[in-house]
Amino acid sequence: MVALIPQAAIDAIYRAESRRILASLIRLLGDFELAEEALQEAFAAAMEQWPRDGIPQNPRAWLVSAGRFKAIDGLRRRARFSASLNAIAAELEEEAREQPIGEEIEDDRLRLIFVCCHPALSVEARIALTLREVCDLTTEQIARAFLVSPATIAQRIVRAKQKVRTARIPYEVPARSELPERLDAVLKVLYLVFNEGYFASSGESLTRTELSGEAIRVARLLVELLPEPEAEGLLALMLLHEARRPARLSADGLAIALDEQDRTLWRRDLIEEGEHLVERALRSRRFGPYTLQAAIAAVHSEAICPEETDWAQIVGLYDALLRFDPSPVVELNRAVAVAQRDGPAAGLELVDALLAAGDLSNYHLCYAARADLCRRLGRRDEARLAYERAIELSKQEVDRLFLERRLASL
Amino acid sequence: MKYLCLVYADENLLHSLPESPRDAECLEYAERIHSSGRMLAAEALQPVSTATTVRMRQGKVTITDGPFAETKEQLAGFYLVEARDLNEAIQLAANIPAARVGCVEVRPIRELSPE
Repeated sequence: MVALIPQAAIDAIYRAESRRILASLIRLLGDFELAEEALQEAFAAAMEQWPRDGIPQNPRAWLVSAGRFKAIDGLRRRARFSASLNAIAAELEEEAREQPIGEEIEDDRLRLIFVCCHPALSVEARIALTLREVCDLTTEQIARAFLVSPATIAQRIVRAKQKVRTARIPYEVPARSELPERLDAVLKVLYLVFNEGYFASSGESLTRTELSGEAIRVARLLVELLPEPEAEGLLALMLLHEARRPARLSADGLAIALDEQDRTLWRRDLIEEGEHLVERALRSRRFGPYTLQAAIAAVHSEAICPEETDWAQIVGLYDALLRFDPSPVVELNRAVAVAQRDGPAAGLELVDALLAAGDLSNYHLCYAARADLCRRLGRRDEARLAYERAIELSKQEVDRLFLERRLASL
Repeated sequence: MKYLCLVYADENLLHSLPESPRDAECLEYAERIHSSGRMLAAEALQPVSTATTVRMRQGKVTITDGPFAETKEQLAGFYLVEARDLNEAIQLAANIPAARVGCVEVRPIRELSPE
């Protein structure tokens, strides 16, 4: 006889299982809102019954089953005013009779991720829906992280759910033939969420760390349920960057360049996990741009000091990355790596060619790179001009302060 | 569920690019959807220069030439299909030959309620 089940035990089950239970309820009930209500009602029922009867053998199956029947009851109550609700309730009841919840319920979280990240939804909607449904962040938390009003986020989520329902976006993991494109849409969302938490300068830093943490958590889940090389590559990329978080800002909140970071602060546990994933993804020979970016980050992580960096390997990886993503920003990064391998003059030649081509003529980091190379070549006047242009073009306070410090130290 | 696949393309390019579809290919594709039981209707349209726009305002009909808005791409044809869900509709739309030169807007059909 269990006398007392502390609230803490039920809370712990909620934290560990609520997303998985929600994912199953969405599959069973075919509707986000209905499933969310059912989830809350299932936990309310647990609070009432478990202290009396004890925690069931399989709490997850109990909660899914309870939620399902609560939803059917709810529909029945409302059905007095609507014939169509009655029909839905009857259909769900029939299904519940034919397919009761067994001890082994499917893991529906992968379905949930693919629906929330369906390419038929806008990227903003995908991000909001994923953080709300897969990560269980509140609309207020999401709004704070992205510096928009909670009403805007709430509206995005409502519209997205409406589109899922009205256009009938199916609740399924895509077929093999569609998988590469659909997985890309998922990875893009996770990548953007991570970057928002890692690079953006504004907003509360606590919320931002959480955001990166959520992206990593979902990526881990994705890799566990669907071990595709690019998913592993993206997870590795995020882990290798996250490993540097303790070293990337100074006490006064300024960004510290990679070559000036205290590498003893880097988190070895995350680096090891990241390196392991990169190697596995590379071995598959089905990797893509995320894996290559992760491989570049891994080469940096291996160097105990900046001078030990294997720049030749980094240039090679950028060459490979350019084949997937022939963008001027990748060219710029490659030019900086070439400067490290062959000297600043070689790098400057490439940077100037990029500036002459025009695509990056409003990109502050291109001028920052030029300034740095000119400084190393002793061309101080040119360096000053380039720093000034970079400061003029930079949009974020952190970048500007960093560049001003560089300019002052000329 | 019914979806309307609206085919948009720049009319000046629709029939002039190397990858432009020939009528025979379009007929063949329509026949394929038809034989899979998912075709409800499909037609190609005459160029937008033949279009007439009609409005009813305060009981009076106004008629203007051309489409309601100047756009780079014009409605060139449509397929009304029956699909299980959006993913199936997207697959049907992606294989419409004109999707190679234009684009296809996939819209779920709203059933009107009779009351």
